[in-house]
Amino acid sequence: MSEPLLDVRDLRVSFRTRNGKVAAVDGISFQVGVGEVVGLVGESGSGKSVSMLSVLRLIDNPNCVVEGEVLFKGRDLLTMSDAEMRKIRGDEIAMIFQDPMTALTPVYTAGWHISEQIRAHEKVSKQAAMDRAVQLLDSVGIPNAKERVNSYPHEFSGGMRQRVVIAMALSCNPSLLIADEPTTALDVTIQAQILELLQNLQSDFGSSIVIITHDMGVVSQVSDRVMVMYGGRLVESGPRRDVMRDPLHPYTWGLMGSIPPTDGTRTPRLAAIPGAPISPSDPDRDRCLFSPRCRFASDACRPTPLLAMHTPGHMDACILPLAERPERRREALTPVEVTL
Amino acid sequence: MAIGTTEVLSTPATQSAGPWRTAWRDLRRNKVAMGSIIVLIVIFAACLAAPLYASSVMHLDAFTSNLDGKFTVNGVTGPVMQSSDTGLGLGVNPIGPTWLWNNFFLGADNQGRDVMSRLLYGGRNSLVIGLVSATLCCALAGFIGIVSGYFGGGLDAVLSRGLDVLWAFPVYLLAICLSVVLINQSLTIGPITLNSGSIILPILIIGVIYVPYVARPIRGQVMSLREREFVQASVGAGATDARLLRREILPNVLPTLIVFLPLMTAINMLTESALSFLSIGVQPPDASWGTIINDGVGLLYTRPMVAIAPGVMLAITAVALNLLGDGVRDALDPKARLRGAV
Amino acid sequence: MLRFALKRAVAAVLVLFAISVLVFLIFFATPGADPAARIAGRNASQETLQQVRESFGFDKPLPVQYALMMRHLFIDRDLTSFVNRGVEVIPQIKQAIPITLSLVIGAAIIWMFFGILMGVAATAGRGSAVDPLIMIIGVIGVSLPVYWLGEVVNLMTQSRLHDSFFSWVPPLGYAPLSSGVWNWASHLIMPWMTLAVLYAGIYARVLRSEMVGAMNEEYVRMARAKGISERRVLWRHAFRTSLIAIVSLFGLDFGALIGGAALLSEVVFGLQGVGKLTYDSLQNFDLPVILGCVMYAAFFVVLANFLVDLVYALLDPRVRHV
Repeated sequence: MSEPLLDVRDLRVSFRTRNGKVAAVDGISFQVGVGEVVGLVGESGSGKSVSMLSVLRLIDNPNCVVEGEVLFKGRDLLTMSDAEMRKIRGDEIAMIFQDPMTALTPVYTAGWHISEQIRAHEKVSKQAAMDRAVQLLDSVGIPNAKERVNSYPHEFSGGMRQRVVIAMALSCNPSLLIADEPTTALDVTIQAQILELLQNLQSDFGSSIVIITHDMGVVSQVSDRVMVMYGGRLVESGPRRDVMRDPLHPYTWGLMGSIPPTDGTRTPRLAAIPGAPISPSDPDRDRCLFSPRCRFASDACRPTPLLAMHTPGHMDACILPLAERPERRREALTPVEVTL
Repeated sequence: MAIGTTEVLSTPATQSAGPWRTAWRDLRRNKVAMGSIIVLIVIFAACLAAPLYASSVMHLDAFTSNLDGKFTVNGVTGPVMQSSDTGLGLGVNPIGPTWLWNNFFLGADNQGRDVMSRLLYGGRNSLVIGLVSATLCCALAGFIGIVSGYFGGGLDAVLSRGLDVLWAFPVYLLAICLSVVLINQSLTIGPITLNSGSIILPILIIGVIYVPYVARPIRGQVMSLREREFVQASVGAGATDARLLRREILPNVLPTLIVFLPLMTAINMLTESALSFLSIGVQPPDASWGTIINDGVGLLYTRPMVAIAPGVMLAITAVALNLLGDGVRDALDPKARLRGAV
Repeated sequence: MLRFALKRAVAAVLVLFAISVLVFLIFFATPGADPAARIAGRNASQETLQQVRESFGFDKPLPVQYALMMRHLFIDRDLTSFVNRGVEVIPQIKQAIPITLSLVIGAAIIWMFFGILMGVAATAGRGSAVDPLIMIIGVIGVSLPVYWLGEVVNLMTQSRLHDSFFSWVPPLGYAPLSSGVWNWASHLIMPWMTLAVLYAGIYARVLRSEMVGAMNEEYVRMARAKGISERRVLWRHAFRTSLIAIVSLFGLDFGALIGGAALLSEVVFGLQGVGKLTYDSLQNFDLPVILGCVMYAAFFVVLANFLVDLVYALLDPRVRHV
């Protein structure tokens, strides 16, 4: 791989609270290549959204501390001045959010939103910006874009609104698009359409995309590479094919076991991950954070296992011997007896 | 759902403290709110001690005219009403503040009465009227809001139109209209007779006029509560109206009403003082901070302290109540909004 | 939009009617409220009372009395005072209107300016000392009794500091605009400020809480992600959406003040506006004047409500189609 577009090194995000410092992101490092689609997966609270928000420095909580390095095209975003950061936001790195219902300011039209973004970064006339807005709306598949450009957010359906948000995010041809749960709030049929749209746009515009999701299905559909987060740490990362076909970490098994298989085989019961996600305020951090919920946990799970590369590009952080993993995985998929 | 977590196996989270206890803990941590409570307690205690102050410290009745009274400072005795030292020297002025605790601390009013004693007595009425009318208002508004929002239909139509009309009526005008009609006569409702000049009249008037302010947000809240899943679930489980109101609606509305209470008390105290200032609130010989300000207007340029002192007390009390209200809101129900007095 | 406006107009007229009935009932049908006794005096004989009742028409049934009074007020427009017989009500109100308008419009400009400035500054200064400082000023503004503040201002400007700082402040009262702009304004500056203190406090608090709410919305985060300046995020997004709440509040307050709610300021500063007229008529129980004033007040309040509804629809596209 040539120089990565985004190079995150040992990113730590913590919040000062009454009960001491709480680590939401606990030292993650990863890279996103040019034109690559990366899926960032994890349960809610695993730190996936926080990590990407802190990349754009969009956390305005005064008690939040961000440490580490975020190199974008070789420049560290975390040490940039606010003005420089604003030039990057929206222009080079765009972000779309989970809920299209609340992501647009209700009192402005779709065209207004898009032209605001264009005019924030380029010196163009209002009319020219509006014309571009029409083209963009058209290219994200909004029918009758010429009229819809004057519609207000509440006049669009949820899926259409997400398209408007995507059009807005793409209006300055960003080299990186961060999509935070872009389909979670949408109907299943609409979800597929939006994912397809993102894929098409990726091939047309050539942007890199980071998709944050809790849904393994979404990841398997669009991404080139998958990263799995748990408790603010990366537990597994690798090319999509490898991770989907041959997942290594017990947590990933759990994630995948919770999706019904679509190849026709019927499982009597879906496997669930027992227990609740670890709290970021849990003081006992020098261990594999998943171990309290892991059937295969042992004393070897502490201190924290390091990420280890197993096949090219595919790494995980687990102490189980590699040879045992297929066997263990089958075991993991048989549900535990639940005692009520 | 892509992620399954079995509730059964999850370790119980740290013992949940319950909404009221959490709110109380938040409030106790809020320094501004606790400071306000202390200020209010001090003011309240001082006002309760008014008779004690008048009889044991000041040795002067606060309600009888004292035009021929004498005072003694540093062994020098003089009349309370001194001949005027300004203008043509005609007429008399009450003495100004001596700043001595036991001797016309804030001076005397135009009847020669001790302003400090009257300030404390007046505070009792102001506080009582503010508190009782605010409680009355919140109770009444809570009742109307809940009934109107919960049962809907024709009842709601009638009640909310009524609220609309009151809402469109400038409160001060309404209060003044009612006060002018009611305040100077005894009022008989069924077996109860209220004497003219009774402080129950201003309490009732002020309590009623602000009902729409509180009832409207409550009604809206109840209407949206009705649509919420947990209420629908109870309906589905066959709960009766009475049970639903008691178990689901009331516990959710109560925090909002409690948030409104200190804010309404502040508003009501200010309204009472305005009515008393216009001589249609508390009637003489009773005093409230409003009536004392009214007494002080005549002496404004010669003995300004008579008017200034009760205003300062009123402002301090209202500030403390508003800050306390903000604190209670932050602790209990951050979304609670009262028209104007947010 | 037109249908929307029509519906609101009909509702407004109904509210107006209801208010007129309410006021009429307060004065004529409250238990123990005998208008004849008020006019005849405390110790009037039965005959005098009877005479008064007949000559003022109090012996007629209530609905007839109501209809008569409304006819005189709105159709013949010749309603006359009970106390100063022969003096018509409507010209009195007309005379008072410019005074109240001068007072309220001037104060409104001041309080909107400071209220918005304080609200936005407090929102922008969250996390620093600016926010709590501004909010404390706001709370104090809200907590001061207006009439008392007015008296203190009078004490300072008319007496204590009149020979130094405030020598330019004319005696209490009103000077019409025709007597010169400065003359008019100098009479009103202190009343304006006094009235504005309360409302600036209220508006700063409302605006801040609305804006802080908006700043936590996803659309503000989205706006930041677009790379626009923080100032633009604050004004064009957070402020713009919070404006809706401020405007509706402004409509209600402005209407109420024009309608006479400014009477405390008018009394304290000796301005013969509508509020003062209402107050005087209430003191001598001059029913036709009271009714005229209250109807006038209600008219403005209802009109303001109606206008607010329309402006609301302009400001908030979501309302237009309801």
